[in-house]
Amino acid sequence: MEDSLSAQSMKKDIYTEEFLINMGPQHPSTHGVLSLECRLDGEIVMDCTPHLGYLHRSMEKIAENRTYTQFIPFTDRLDYVASINNNLGYCMTVEKLLKMEVPERAQYIRVIMAELNRIASHLIGIGAFAQDLGAFATPLFYGFRDREKILEIFDEICGNRLTYNYIRIGGVQSDFPEGLDKKINEFIKYMKLKIDDYDQLLTNNAILLARSKNIGCLSKEVAINYSITGPNLRASGIRRDIRKDAPYLVYDRFEFDVPLGANGDAWDRYKVRVEEIRQSLRIVEQAIHALPPGNPTSKANRIHKPQAGEVYVRTENPRGELGFYIVSDGSATPYRLKIRGPSFSNLAVLPELVKGLKIADIICILGSLDIVLGEIDR
Amino acid sequence: MFTFLNLIFMVMAGVMVLGFIAVSAMFLIWWERKVSAHIQNRYGPMRVGWHGALQSVADVIKLLLKEDIRPTKADAWVWWLAPFFAVVPSVMAFVVIPFSKELIPRDLNIGVLYIMAITSVCVIGIFMAGWGSNNKYSLLGGMRAAAQIISYELPLILSMITVVMVANSLSMQKIVEAQSRCWFIFHPNLALAGLIYIIAATAEVNRTPFDIPEAESELVAGFHTEYSGMKFAMFFLGEYTNVFIVSAIATTLFLGGWKGPLLPPIAWFLIKTYGIITFLMWVRWTFPRLRVDQLMGFAWKFLTPVSFLNLAIVGLLLLK
Amino acid sequence: MRPSEIFDLIKAEFPEVRAEEGTDAVVCPKEDLLKLCRWLKNGSLGFDDLHCVTAIDRKERIDLVHIFYSTSQKHILTLKIYLDAKDPSVESLAPIWRSADWFERETYDLFGITFLHHPDPRRILNPYDWKDYPLRKDYANPNFIPKPRL
Repeated sequence: MEDSLSAQSMKKDIYTEEFLINMGPQHPSTHGVLSLECRLDGEIVMDCTPHLGYLHRSMEKIAENRTYTQFIPFTDRLDYVASINNNLGYCMTVEKLLKMEVPERAQYIRVIMAELNRIASHLIGIGAFAQDLGAFATPLFYGFRDREKILEIFDEICGNRLTYNYIRIGGVQSDFPEGLDKKINEFIKYMKLKIDDYDQLLTNNAILLARSKNIGCLSKEVAINYSITGPNLRASGIRRDIRKDAPYLVYDRFEFDVPLGANGDAWDRYKVRVEEIRQSLRIVEQAIHALPPGNPTSKANRIHKPQAGEVYVRTENPRGELGFYIVSDGSATPYRLKIRGPSFSNLAVLPELVKGLKIADIICILGSLDIVLGEIDR
Repeated sequence: MFTFLNLIFMVMAGVMVLGFIAVSAMFLIWWERKVSAHIQNRYGPMRVGWHGALQSVADVIKLLLKEDIRPTKADAWVWWLAPFFAVVPSVMAFVVIPFSKELIPRDLNIGVLYIMAITSVCVIGIFMAGWGSNNKYSLLGGMRAAAQIISYELPLILSMITVVMVANSLSMQKIVEAQSRCWFIFHPNLALAGLIYIIAATAEVNRTPFDIPEAESELVAGFHTEYSGMKFAMFFLGEYTNVFIVSAIATTLFLGGWKGPLLPPIAWFLIKTYGIITFLMWVRWTFPRLRVDQLMGFAWKFLTPVSFLNLAIVGLLLLK
Repeated sequence: MRPSEIFDLIKAEFPEVRAEEGTDAVVCPKEDLLKLCRWLKNGSLGFDDLHCVTAIDRKERIDLVHIFYSTSQKHILTLKIYLDAKDPSVESLAPIWRSADWFERETYDLFGITFLHHPDPRRILNPYDWKDYPLRKDYANPNFIPKPRL
């Protein structure tokens, strides 16, 4: 017994100790206020526990005290980089509850706006991903530069640059101003050139490949089991896009591909986003050419009193499938409103992915999952 | 012989070096901000002076006036001494940097050896900062810095030795003289050594793609997370002085030092040195960062064997 | 596949299951949940994705809502379980679908539904020491700013 004790203490002369670090809530690359409690053995991550809720505003409770129209601005604050897509998801849910028809021009405008916002969101996504890999600020600023062009277009349409509150129940806030289609066409031409720049700067950069290839591989089964959606799921090679599977609005009238990844690693997730920008540009281009005449603004009342019932509507957000589940009791306010934010389940997989990797890989994987905390915490 | 005149000369040289370091670091900080800004579609500092030229001065005044905060749990002595250990070696390296034929504090006959020895001390300062801060992020940064700088010392020194072999001298001035006809970077035996040197030097001064000790996106600021005010400024000064030193050595060893037509020697020296620094900045603001294990693998599995091989081949060619 | 067809298939296998009036949801007794879910996932319907878990507070009872999606067959199913509002507890689905882990934590956090055999039964959005369940209809806002005493 004594022998084994001394052997143990001999062994323990040189030993390493696990230690705990708190990444966040104040940390440059946790994409908002997320706290990751990491157990480390030197540089290697033994365990990682996310703590959420720093941005929790209880949106769902607020919704129960607001009329259907009043809640639209709140949806802007969910995924604040893709506000239009949130507006769209919410308004489509209420429209389904009300069994309301939307003018055709409004549907086209919605598609254009949603796709432009998808581009803007992906630009931030890939910029922030490169920033997380240590390409200090340059790709991020390039992303912001190109996003700025989109924001200028949005500014002209609805007067806002981040929280648009543009899509309304039964239509949109206002028609396109004069000469806007020309501006959007110019942007498409510009962006097509710039997206090749991103490819040159980042996509096949040897360091980026070394950092992100085969890091955080998400197999098909695990991805589905965790209910991962959007580009992160498509990067694992699963063709699942609501715009194709169950086309809403007028998506079935446009030609576009669903880019897929092969391994589901961080690089694939990045690459799928770059390709999705190209596809979104295609959709916008087709939509702007086919834009029908008419009045896209809503003629509905401000107070809606839908019949008692329940609806669940999913839309394709830049981050995945955004679902709104509304229960109505016939009054002017929702009885219950549930927001199914895609980032919520996309983040849930993080602890699984980072185990056994290096600290730098946590940041790389978190960046490649492209989460927005506003939507996770709600 | 130690005379009064000698002492005056030494003091003067010291003052000039220190003055040069301060001005150069301030210029480099402004220049880096400007270069990075223009790479990133920004203007950078624009308000203080012409195109923000006095921004660094304003920053220095701010840093001087800032409160010096020491974490309660920090290891007081280690924490306090670390910035000095980081700065002093890089200042001392200036002794053998030849700005021109005459303008060199002292042309030691073991110049290259002296530089190798003295610049290696910097890592102690960085590691002390990481350890003494008693902060986990700083510790990780300090550990990474120690591992990285020691790993890259080897290829760095091996590439410098190759130059010494060809030039047949350890003295910086003699090496410059040896390049009268052809810069060593264009010398067929030394081109590879030049490439290895610039890669290893980037890692030595902790700049992207080898900036893992600071690694903003992971470790916040690495070893100097806990430092504020003038102590932080010391690290900054040390960092930019190091950048200057490695570029000045590159100029001297590979780009013909202060030699050049028309312009005075010192102008040539500064143009070449700042040219290299600008190149390092360009690299820094373009590439992502490597991971710590990839960095070590690159040093030990690739760069060091290649530089050994290079050394052997150059040696064989010289024997012939 | 349309919701009614899915319901018919489930009904054939689990006779206790019934359709909810006015919605497309399927209501299942609490005891059958695990068995039904295993069948939903591995059976012919292929619901491999637990898409969303939430609850509705109906005052006298709480409806626990599961939404399933099948990636291969692209159909969707809403499954409801009626729970007693006084003591809402149900088996956790985390052993079958990993996504249930966080979804159920959230539902517990906001509605106070206890998930039995959940691997990590903590709150998720609210602070860990939070009292009460905010999305219950009888939730009283905590008095963060006490009224000044006059």
